[in-house]
Amino acid sequence: MGSRVVVTGLGVCAPNGVGLNSFYESMQMGVSGIRHFPELEELNFGCQVAGAPQISQEQLHSYFTSLEQRGLKATGIIYGVMAGLDAWKDAALPLAAENTPDWDSGIVFGSGTLGVAKFNEAMNLVDVGNVRRLGSTTVIQTMASGVSAYLGGKIGCGNQVTTNSSACTTGTEALLMGYDRIKNGQAERMLVGSCSDSGPYVWGGFDAMRILPRNFNDRPESASRPMSASAQGFVPGSGAGALVLESLDSAKARGANIYAEVLGGNINSGGQRGGGTMTAPNSESVQRCILSALENSKVQASEVDVVNGHLTATSKDALEIENWSRALKRKGGNFPLINSFKGHFGHCLSAAGSIELVACVLQLKEQMVFGNLNCEDLHPEIDKIISSDCVPHKSMKTDFQVLAKASFGFGDVNACAIFRTY
Amino acid sequence: MDEHTKYDKLKNIIKTYLPEDVSVNDIEMNSHFINGLNINSANLVDIVLDVEDEFDIMLENEDMDKMQTVEDAIQIINTKLA
Repeated sequence: MGSRVVVTGLGVCAPNGVGLNSFYESMQMGVSGIRHFPELEELNFGCQVAGAPQISQEQLHSYFTSLEQRGLKATGIIYGVMAGLDAWKDAALPLAAENTPDWDSGIVFGSGTLGVAKFNEAMNLVDVGNVRRLGSTTVIQTMASGVSAYLGGKIGCGNQVTTNSSACTTGTEALLMGYDRIKNGQAERMLVGSCSDSGPYVWGGFDAMRILPRNFNDRPESASRPMSASAQGFVPGSGAGALVLESLDSAKARGANIYAEVLGGNINSGGQRGGGTMTAPNSESVQRCILSALENSKVQASEVDVVNGHLTATSKDALEIENWSRALKRKGGNFPLINSFKGHFGHCLSAAGSIELVACVLQLKEQMVFGNLNCEDLHPEIDKIISSDCVPHKSMKTDFQVLAKASFGFGDVNACAIFRTY
Repeated sequence: MDEHTKYDKLKNIIKTYLPEDVSVNDIEMNSHFINGLNINSANLVDIVLDVEDEFDIMLENEDMDKMQTVEDAIQIINTKLA
């Protein structure tokens, strides 16, 4: 049977809100975090709009010592540490004492590529034969696990401390990895989440693939259009989301605030077979992932009240809706309420899953379903499968119990997690 | 540059790397960077880079190995500036 697992802390560093209160307000009010970046225009990007958290020097000071701030260029670490420490604090958990790590607390904090701006600085020095000038933090800012390493030290975790990476599935995968560890009795608390660097070096490759919208540079807030007939591609984002997962016993014993229960989930891959490729999903594997997540969670498809999709605003959105509809065997007006948060803050890549999970858990706690942005013109292929009433445009209060969240990523990888109100 | 100015400049560099429980007033001529001031050994390379920038000199590998105390640093700086 294993331990029941609940969420007891949340932290977020998102393009439309840094800190839980600011983020919740933006999600509820439908505030976009997509902006025009003059830097991208100067660099001849086709898509010059993107999402990045806006962080003041003052905020930076409360998370990093002045020594840590020297030469700190890995934005993913900045976002991840801010979100992770916020979640820990939100859970009312202490930082470990000087000589005693917290043996029962661990971290799974994912990244895609980390510290690319630091890497660029280092490469330029290496290329001119000046490796001696790299300084001491090039390694820790550019290793994939830099973010979990920083967090592990600040909190003092003595359980597993690691970084996972599975493209845009990373955040949801991190949650399920932490969930498994607690369920199996190997840890009492796991800080899970993920981060993504911001900036042209991260976003450039996607611009070159011509999968980003190019006609919204003067209208950034309209650029990210999940499920819309006029969607032209995903808007790149960045940031970090973090959740404290905890065994129900531990949470009860210390009287913790419980946001929601993680019922279970599943992770799989389409093997880049049967229609699946490096960049496109095998539909059968997506459906199997959703179905096995429900089975694993002991939830019937008919019980799912709200779905938060991956839904990036590319031509694949209609296919995702079809996959949800087939997996749940529900269509038309019988389909659950569904939303995508990428209209608010773009596709935050390796951070997408975790930032969206924070919003999902807020929806459960507040009994509120956030409205979708920029899909007034619902895609006709989606309209054929589900009723437009299932796609709210404005945030609405509603009583509901079960939420399903999925993330899909390059490499044909999938993750689906199921939550219930507690 | 007089000795006093050199020492102040060096102290100012070291200050950044001190752990929270060590004050700038604890820095003395014979302070050992790692054993005395509790500076993280990884940061010694950063102190060397800061010294190079501040005094517009370049330290060799053997200089870096020799630089264990504040006094060592001053001597190396003096040799390079001479």
